[in-house]
Amino acid sequence: MKKTAFTSFPNIFRISSNFFADIISKKDYSIDNQSENILDNDTNEVVTLDVRRKVIVELKGINKSFDSKKVLDNLDLSIYNGEFLTLLGPSGCGKTTTLRIIGGFETADSGELFINGKLIKDEQPNKRGVNTVFQSYALFPHMTVYNNVAFGLKMNKIPKEDIHTRVMDILRIVKLEDYIDRKPHQLSGGQQQRVALARAVVNNPLVLLLDEPLSALDASLRKNMQNELKQLQRKLGITFIFVTHDQEEALSMSDRVVVMNNGVVEQIGSPKNVYENPTSLFVASFIGDINIFDAEVLGYTEDNLINAKVEGRICTVDTEKKLEVGQKFKLLLRPEDMLIEKISEVPDTEGLMLGNIEFKTYKGATLDTLIRLNNGKQIKASEFFNEEYEDLDYNYNEKVSIGWVSGWEVVITDERT
Amino acid sequence: MKERNFFNVVTIAIIALWLLIFAFIPNIMMFVISFFERSDTEFFKVAFTLDNYKSFFSSLYFQVLFNSFKMATITTVIVLLIGYPFAYMLARSNFKYKSLLAILVIIPYWTSALIRTYAIKVLLTTNGIINTVLETVGIIDAPLNLLYTEGAVILGLVYTLLPFMILPLYATIDKLDVRYIEAAGDLGASKFKVFTYIIIPLTVPGIIAGCLLVFLPSLGLFYIPDILGGAKNLLIGNLIKDQFLLARNWPFGSAVSNLLMIIMAFMLFAYYKSAKKINSKVL
Repeated sequence: MKKTAFTSFPNIFRISSNFFADIISKKDYSIDNQSENILDNDTNEVVTLDVRRKVIVELKGINKSFDSKKVLDNLDLSIYNGEFLTLLGPSGCGKTTTLRIIGGFETADSGELFINGKLIKDEQPNKRGVNTVFQSYALFPHMTVYNNVAFGLKMNKIPKEDIHTRVMDILRIVKLEDYIDRKPHQLSGGQQQRVALARAVVNNPLVLLLDEPLSALDASLRKNMQNELKQLQRKLGITFIFVTHDQEEALSMSDRVVVMNNGVVEQIGSPKNVYENPTSLFVASFIGDINIFDAEVLGYTEDNLINAKVEGRICTVDTEKKLEVGQKFKLLLRPEDMLIEKISEVPDTEGLMLGNIEFKTYKGATLDTLIRLNNGKQIKASEFFNEEYEDLDYNYNEKVSIGWVSGWEVVITDERT
Repeated sequence: MKERNFFNVVTIAIIALWLLIFAFIPNIMMFVISFFERSDTEFFKVAFTLDNYKSFFSSLYFQVLFNSFKMATITTVIVLLIGYPFAYMLARSNFKYKSLLAILVIIPYWTSALIRTYAIKVLLTTNGIINTVLETVGIIDAPLNLLYTEGAVILGLVYTLLPFMILPLYATIDKLDVRYIEAAGDLGASKFKVFTYIIIPLTVPGIIAGCLLVFLPSLGLFYIPDILGGAKNLLIGNLIKDQFLLARNWPFGSAVSNLLMIIMAFMLFAYYKSAKKINSKVL
């Protein structure tokens, strides 16, 4: 194995591990010393080891249908105080409906909602201790930035002097203190976004709900706002529930990601957890690129690895899952975990998985290739350039052998997609 | 391309010609005649005078103008009070065919306005339906004097002009983004405060448009005061009509007509200015 396996770790995690170190260090909770959430694969539930963390929002058996179409199917979800939780899924998966039920804009057909330990019936949003940042902000067009932000405080009859201090404080945090007299239409998209945030956050909600707040922004602004949002959340310590269909956004911002599909939770876990250990084919293929191999258990080796037939070839598979001999399963591998070798550099091709380079894309940091296996299946590989492999390149149609970093494969026995 | 240019020129020319013949020239004629003297034998006598304008500002006619504005204002306020909730419910209803409902508002107005006004007269006369019903039920002993009152005129104006309020309001309320309402609720505004702080300010353009569409015609709708108000309620529209058809004083009728037009033009200008200001705020 010539390439170091760890260079192929996705970029986003490298950023999140130290990027906000200065902000994180001021808080008693942080990504680093936060308890690890252990995923129980059988029940799909997260077991939190840290008992200090309080559940702030709890959904129990929530059902919701629109026009007899089931949108949420017996949804259970616990959200911890102070976390940045993302509801991720394709459109129509029920993530926005979940948010709107917590926010008080929809009522569940059945089930219970607890916020801060209190059973919620039909309380107005602000009586629940939640505030929402809307998808296209819904800033009041006839009011100035100041009046937009002050609106919630005015409605809740906060004394005038307090309103002024609180509004100016939050506007300083979002760096808009010089724009108080502007109308929303005189602001840029990013500024409008920050007004929307300030307008919600100024009310000191227990939980802030964000409904795809970045989707109206262009790509580079989006990246900036992702960072700003994350920093703001750390600074304020408010629980954020964030809805998005953008998996990269979810991975780079969240403490925990809830992957939803067809009104049910597919998987809950840290971004690393859902990316590296997807528990279903849906999660695996929705988050990032992945190669799915058909495999069958042949037996066990002496060091307790599985001997398996993968796409017709005999390989060893390293997994903690207990499988029976003869059991069919799916073997999942991320493109960056694939190991590609030129066949000309391998003396003996006996027993190797072989294929041809069908397409290549130079991505700057990586070289992405599409490889057609001999049995016709197409797989994706993504290799990093490093000192050793500065001139990493392939010819079209070049014969290569395919392997992977042992221990990085994911085994899924569930046949659902 | 050339053919299209030709088509454009022809259509615009037809419209321009129409406006020239049926709007511009008559208005110029009115303007000129208003400075002429009255004649007993002809429609007017060609001799320059300002008397027509001077005599309008005498107390009697000024009273008519004031009375007209009073009636128009009362009418507009009532129509707004009825029309706003009506348009709001129509626009906010979940009914699938709500635009059909909006069309239903107009359908009665396909009948001639004159006939509808006479129908109101039938309702209000001494032996009319309202008096008969009230007497039969026993609420009143003697027939009420409903017809030929200010109330009857206002009723007629309100009924005739209601759709002109409802439709522009319906259009603005229908366009109002429901998320503003949700956002205000999210921030703790009660239903009443959502209405006063969000919905009303954001529908101001519709309110102004509706008020103008009601106020301006109600100054000029002469047949309603004629039929429902009798001789007692002389309004500016009746005054003009009478000058032309009864008194045969064309120059004076033209002068009053011009004054009314100037007032209306001034109001439209004010609307244009305010709408521009509001639109730049809203959009």
